Amino acid sequence: MNEARPPASSRPAEAAEPPLPANLRRNAPLVPTDSAASRALAAVIAILTFLAALCAGAAEIAVSSAGQWQGSVAQEVTIQVRPSAGRDIEADVKRAEAIARAHTGIVGARVFSKTESERLLEPWLGSGLDLSDLPVPRLIALTLPPDARPDLATLRSALTEALPGVASLDDHALWLQRLSVMANTLAGIGIGVVALVLIATGLAVVFATRGAMAGNREVVEVLHFVGADDAYIAKAFQSRFFRLGLRGGALGAGAALLVCGAAGLAARMWRSGPAGEEIAALFGTFQIGWQGYAVIVMIGAIASVVTALVSRVTVRHFLR
Amino acid sequence: MKPIWGTPPRPSRANHLGTIRDNIRWSVRALSAGKNTGSLLSGAEEPVVRFESVGMRYGLGPEVLSDVSFEIAPHSFQFLTGPSGAGKTTLLRLILLSVKPTRGLVSVFGEEVSGISNEALTGLRRRMGVVFQDFRLLDHLTTYENVALPLRVQERAEASYRAEVVELLRWVGLGERMHVLPPLLSGGEKQRAAIARALIARPELLLADEPTGNVDPSLARRLLRLFMELNRLGTSVLIATHDYGLMDLVDARRMVLGEGRLRIEN
Ligand SMILES: Nc1ncnc2c1ncn2[C@@H]1O[C@H](COP(=O)(O)OP(=O)(O)O)[C@@H](O)[C@H]1O
Ligand SMILES: [Mg+2]
Repeated sequence: MNEARPPASSRPAEAAEPPLPANLRRNAPLVPTDSAASRALAAVIAILTFLAALCAGAAEIAVSSAGQWQGSVAQEVTIQVRPSAGRDIEADVKRAEAIARAHTGIVGARVFSKTESERLLEPWLGSGLDLSDLPVPRLIALTLPPDARPDLATLRSALTEALPGVASLDDHALWLQRLSVMANTLAGIGIGVVALVLIATGLAVVFATRGAMAGNREVVEVLHFVGADDAYIAKAFQSRFFRLGLRGGALGAGAALLVCGAAGLAARMWRSGPAGEEIAALFGTFQIGWQGYAVIVMIGAIASVVTALVSRVTVRHFLR
Repeated sequence: MKPIWGTPPRPSRANHLGTIRDNIRWSVRALSAGKNTGSLLSGAEEPVVRFESVGMRYGLGPEVLSDVSFEIAPHSFQFLTGPSGAGKTTLLRLILLSVKPTRGLVSVFGEEVSGISNEALTGLRRRMGVVFQDFRLLDHLTTYENVALPLRVQERAEASYRAEVVELLRWVGLGERMHVLPPLLSGGEKQRAAIARALIARPELLLADEPTGNVDPSLARRLLRLFMELNRLGTSVLIATHDYGLMDLVDARRMVLGEGRLRIEN
């Protein structure tokens, strides 16, 4: 403790003149902050970020729902056994079930009874109808192991061999393919829209920077005269615009996070309601996971970085 | 109880250019700093500024300057005079490299300036200090920040020049006005802030455009003494003025502009 030096102001050498004022303002931004224009630009960036983030969030929901859906569909294949004249459908079903169970890699098989099969048709044909005369096909749902897909081709040929024209295997391959095309398309559209919105942000920043440069021509001139180089001046503008971009990006991304969170809550409440199961089946859980939130935050960050870079390039161009 | 060295002297309006003690302290510091930035590097007797048959016109207008040739020697002190509109400001702007001559050669610190790169331009400007006729203080920065600007744009840490700036501000009598934004300063205070900004980086060449235009005669004389002091420490000084009363106070070279021509009087 005996090495501690007295504060500067109490040293005799310095005390001959008044100490530096403690509240002396230093290093205020070199480019004056024009509050009206700044607020407008921050608002534009916020709105664009919000739209981009929402779009990315929606794309993320679609893609992850498709993924979930795909996962559950891919774990099931069905055998359809058609009734045909002169055949005992119950025997055919038993035969098909036995073939499936014997096949390696099939974890389980569940036979839909006649009444269950008829119930599956109810949504289309209405209840209270006597379906006993109708040739309703019967389904056997096979459960696949979660990790590996067994060899379905041999199962299919075994079925057609044993029950030609009666049993067929549906592995939903066409379905899955369409689903993944759709998911990729949605993801592509999402990325495209985000890119467009970021470009729009960049253009808005170009115009704002040029406006700020024109409005601060005097300041730029004085900075040149006192020995500032172009890089330094560009940095002064850049730091101002980076702050604006950060503000706008944070606001927009924050709003998007709120909306997504609220939508997730609403979906959860909805799902516990009467129609919930079907909605969940159709839209997945309708909740964005942590990746979705990460994407939104990232878009906010990218928007501010784009703002800073674009303003820097614009200033350098303007000064040349 | 008061400390034995007493309360620090407050700079009053009457003697705001400081006491002799302040004066000497600033001078010594400036002198020692001048040694490593200054004339030793730029060659012993090379002129600081050289004009050779320079002509200048704005756009398609008449020639403001025609066939102007002169040199400014290191450590020299001179006035640039002539009636209003004679082209004094234009000549200073040519030296400052803020306009290009329409013909002729301009060399600054031994470098011919046509086609100079932006980096070299910045380098030359850092060796000059300018007091503009209209001050050109930045209205959104305090007096302190304005005066510190030439050091700040060289990306020096604020702590490294703070004491220096405050000392110079006190010396020109703006110690109490450091926090004030320029629009609230009087004409004379702005003038002194502009001069302090021109001096803070210890330039090798000081250009001052009508630096006494806005002040009363006694302050004008004190400002003139300030420039002469600076010159004594090695800076070349060029003062544009049409104030003959002021010029008569000093026996210095006079460059007289009239009808586009330059005449040198001694
Ligand atoms: N930016 C400009 N554009 C056109 N003409 C100018 C400009 N600046 C000055 N002039 C003209 O050049 C002449 C010299 O002006 P200036 O150098 O300001 O003279 P002084 O400083 O001696 O009063 C004047 O006739 C003025 O009208
Ligand atoms: Mg003038």
